[in-house]
Amino acid sequence: MGPTPHIAVIGGGSTGAGIARDLAMRGLDVTLVEQGNLTHGTTGRMHGLLHSGGRYAVSDQASATECIEENRVLRDIASHCVEMTGGLFVKRPEDSEEYFQKKLSGCEECGIPAEVVSGEEARAMEPHLAKDIDKAISVPDGAIDPFRLVVANAASAQEHGARIETHTKVTDLIVESGEVVGIEVEHDSGPGKRVHGTEGGTEQIRADYVVNATGAWAGRIGDMAGLDIEVRPSKGVMTIMNIRQVDTVINRCRPKGDADIVVPHETTAILGTTDEEVEDPEDYPEEQWEVDMMIDTLKELIPMLEEARTIRSFWGVRPLYEPPDVGSDDPTDITRDFFLLDHDERDDLPGMTSIVGGKFTTYRMMSEQISDHVCGKFGIDADCRTADVPLPGSEDFSVLRDYMDEFGLRSPIGRRSVERLGSRADEVLKTDGPNPTVCECEGVTRAEIQDAIEGSGSDLNAVRIRTRASMGNCQGGFCSHRMASELHSEYDESVVREAWDELLQERWKGQRHALWGEQLSQAALNYALHATTQNRDQDPADGDPVDFSAFDTGRSQASGVDSADVAADGGTDGY
Amino acid sequence: MAIESEVLVIGGGLGGLTSALAAAHEGADVRLVSYKQSTLRQASGLVDVLGYTPDGDGPLTNPYEAIPSLPESHPYRKVGVKTVRDALSLFDDAVPTYEGEHTETNALLPTHGGSIKPTARYPAGASAGLASDTRDTLLVGIEEMVDFDAPHVAAHLDATGVPFDVRGETIRFPGDLRADAKVTRYAKLLDTNSEVAVRGRMVPAREALAQRVNPLLEDEERVGFPAILGDDNPGAIRDAVGDHLGVDVFEVPMGPPSLPGLRLEDALFSALDEAGASIETGNPVVDFEGEDRIEKVFIEKNGAKIPNSADQYVLATGGFVGKGVESDRDGVYEPIFDCHVPHAEDRYDWFEGELFGDHEFARYGVATDDDLRPLDASEHSEFENLRAAGSVLGGYDFAAEKSGSGVSIATGYAAGQRAAQEAR
Repeated sequence: MGPTPHIAVIGGGSTGAGIARDLAMRGLDVTLVEQGNLTHGTTGRMHGLLHSGGRYAVSDQASATECIEENRVLRDIASHCVEMTGGLFVKRPEDSEEYFQKKLSGCEECGIPAEVVSGEEARAMEPHLAKDIDKAISVPDGAIDPFRLVVANAASAQEHGARIETHTKVTDLIVESGEVVGIEVEHDSGPGKRVHGTEGGTEQIRADYVVNATGAWAGRIGDMAGLDIEVRPSKGVMTIMNIRQVDTVINRCRPKGDADIVVPHETTAILGTTDEEVEDPEDYPEEQWEVDMMIDTLKELIPMLEEARTIRSFWGVRPLYEPPDVGSDDPTDITRDFFLLDHDERDDLPGMTSIVGGKFTTYRMMSEQISDHVCGKFGIDADCRTADVPLPGSEDFSVLRDYMDEFGLRSPIGRRSVERLGSRADEVLKTDGPNPTVCECEGVTRAEIQDAIEGSGSDLNAVRIRTRASMGNCQGGFCSHRMASELHSEYDESVVREAWDELLQERWKGQRHALWGEQLSQAALNYALHATTQNRDQDPADGDPVDFSAFDTGRSQASGVDSADVAADGGTDGY
Repeated sequence: MAIESEVLVIGGGLGGLTSALAAAHEGADVRLVSYKQSTLRQASGLVDVLGYTPDGDGPLTNPYEAIPSLPESHPYRKVGVKTVRDALSLFDDAVPTYEGEHTETNALLPTHGGSIKPTARYPAGASAGLASDTRDTLLVGIEEMVDFDAPHVAAHLDATGVPFDVRGETIRFPGDLRADAKVTRYAKLLDTNSEVAVRGRMVPAREALAQRVNPLLEDEERVGFPAILGDDNPGAIRDAVGDHLGVDVFEVPMGPPSLPGLRLEDALFSALDEAGASIETGNPVVDFEGEDRIEKVFIEKNGAKIPNSADQYVLATGGFVGKGVESDRDGVYEPIFDCHVPHAEDRYDWFEGELFGDHEFARYGVATDDDLRPLDASEHSEFENLRAAGSVLGGYDFAAEKSGSGVSIATGYAAGQRAAQEAR
């Protein structure tokens, strides 16, 4: 065999990171580029459901079968990213009995463990379910943290020699003699970890093969080489609740529909979703009625949602794709299957393959097939090991139990840290200095923040997705300045200030869709803390110079007394 | 039989306390009822009057000069500049531990995030920290205290262009406090001045703190700590630590739970107590009776509804933060008397896309006539004997203007005084 082929992977979502890991583990040279943070696109904007396959058991049994297989794999290799909540498909009186039976037999046909429970049994499991729920099918759905999962895949790829570049946008495909031979990129702040305020630059990354794993953005990359990749982006809204109204994934047992799932996630529950085709994956309307519909429809399953507190909403775009001759009008009809577009075979342009469509739960299987395809190009016969080798953090989960003993971790904060870190807990949490809590809502300590900074530079949003800091009730109101301070030991003040502003703005963006009731009160408090107490809205460090001498210099100086001879206070009544 | 008084003030924050105090000074029989802890514990304890105009001009050197140009809907315009000054005098008398009354000029104070902000009155404990004072400064942070990273705050302060050199150092706080100790634990240890072990020797806490700082001090003439220097005896603590170090000591105001805010609340409650008002805290006003006039309100206590009647009422229940103004998906409302709160119909018009945009929600609250009586949708007063004060008022954005305390004090003063005069 000749020299090791160098593969450029475009896209830092679950698929791209999965491919980078897979190829790197097979010994190939890999460079992954992502225009934003890892998970910036679709992966970071999903409801975090680890499918049992139940959802597709009627409409798409092939997908359902893949889901249950991968569900089992991920529980194994990514245990620190998964919470096996279980799931229920609940039937309301007006929902069809025939469909319920189809769902049940579909699950059986696809090898998905499924069991019918009565309405009473379902309410015993989930007391907030509506009183008139008839019955339900219990399936092994779970919750999975897409951020942690992708970061772990990228970390594993790095351990196997891959280069991971975030905040790096592809500006062109390099095509020479009718072949794709690399990519041209623009670094937001120079290669390597992101540091705010540092100048970026362009780079040509020559590669023996390019994999376009940009999902809803695949058409954009295709355009750069005159390729026509007809991705049909479809948006969906998700609304985050401030507590877990349910501890089990609740699906509505009826054919496709909007607002039919609630996924418990860490301290929150996520309501989803809609399915509406959009033109542009980056620019589409985010509207009030969509949020209202989530609440108003899902309260039919869980009535308390009507009065519950939401903390933010976000939208994601599915990278739907259908082969040119199908022609569906309704995005919900488009298959969730994935397609591997070899541009040599398809468009006579060798050197690149695009992957479109697909589902988060089966990201690893998709990555395996792409990696097989890429290896095939080079005649490399290397086995895929991603289903067997645990991701960093999930190597040995007994560490969790050890820690409980060793440190007497009664504290919910210590417990949650260890759960998040999995087998990395030891390396991260054993620090010399004190380890105070930086984010109280999510119980994130200084050691975890510092670990994340080490991994991602001055980017506080990257710290956020690695640790969950600032993702709780207060949405960063109480902790964003603390997170910023944690950067200061390593980075200059101006870098810190820019990163801090960026985090605050990002936190505000999603909260805007939750501004009524408790969360509007929270927003008003956050606004007061930042603007009134800290004067961050009029910070002179960001604005015009201040004439300090025009302001009060103090009582003693005003009265002409030398301040050095006067005690700091009046000394009266104990103050 | 209802509990009776001449003036009943609902709300125990700065607006409520000032109105009760003003009414008591007018000689009225006053009763103040408040439910939850006031938002003072969330606030820095600084008393801002006006730092920036609604157009963002500032920092203003003289807040009073800018008041006549404010929009007519602004509460300051309802009460007028003279009332703002009189109200500040009432405050100065009630809280002698605050400074800033020697000048009409705003002071600039360092914040715990490292910015500086304009304010009109500040606790004595913060006075050695003024940013217009040119003495070089050492800031001292505590290892475990994530809210105040002294080197970061110092670097940020430097970036604001302050006319002095500033450095930050971090120390381990003396005594074996837990990593997540609350600020009140630090304050308690210094209040009691209990002995703590320092290199095997027992030393009183204030001295031990100074010993930790001493080797770090270079030529600085003043040393700033986060606001943790005692709850009961802050002056004595600053003196003791300052004497040991041979410098002036000050506190940088902090976010919640804020000791300066709590100390201010205590000071105002004591002043109100001395003025002879009756005070009931911990129970909410849940209902009322009356059509054009409020006859009585009901306070819920252990499940029972206790009637309280008065001749005049002051509503000082706060804004969104204090829950004097509430909202749901359909609108914005005042929860006790259902006073009209003008607001945009579409929820998406309540706010802007930028974090520090010109948010409408920040100005939501009841609209009033010039006598501070809340107005209904057709601009008639809701009740002839109800006035509103403080953050429950609409028409101004206290966070952007840095005017929250000033508006609360000025409108509280005006509402309390007028209520008392009318009750006589």
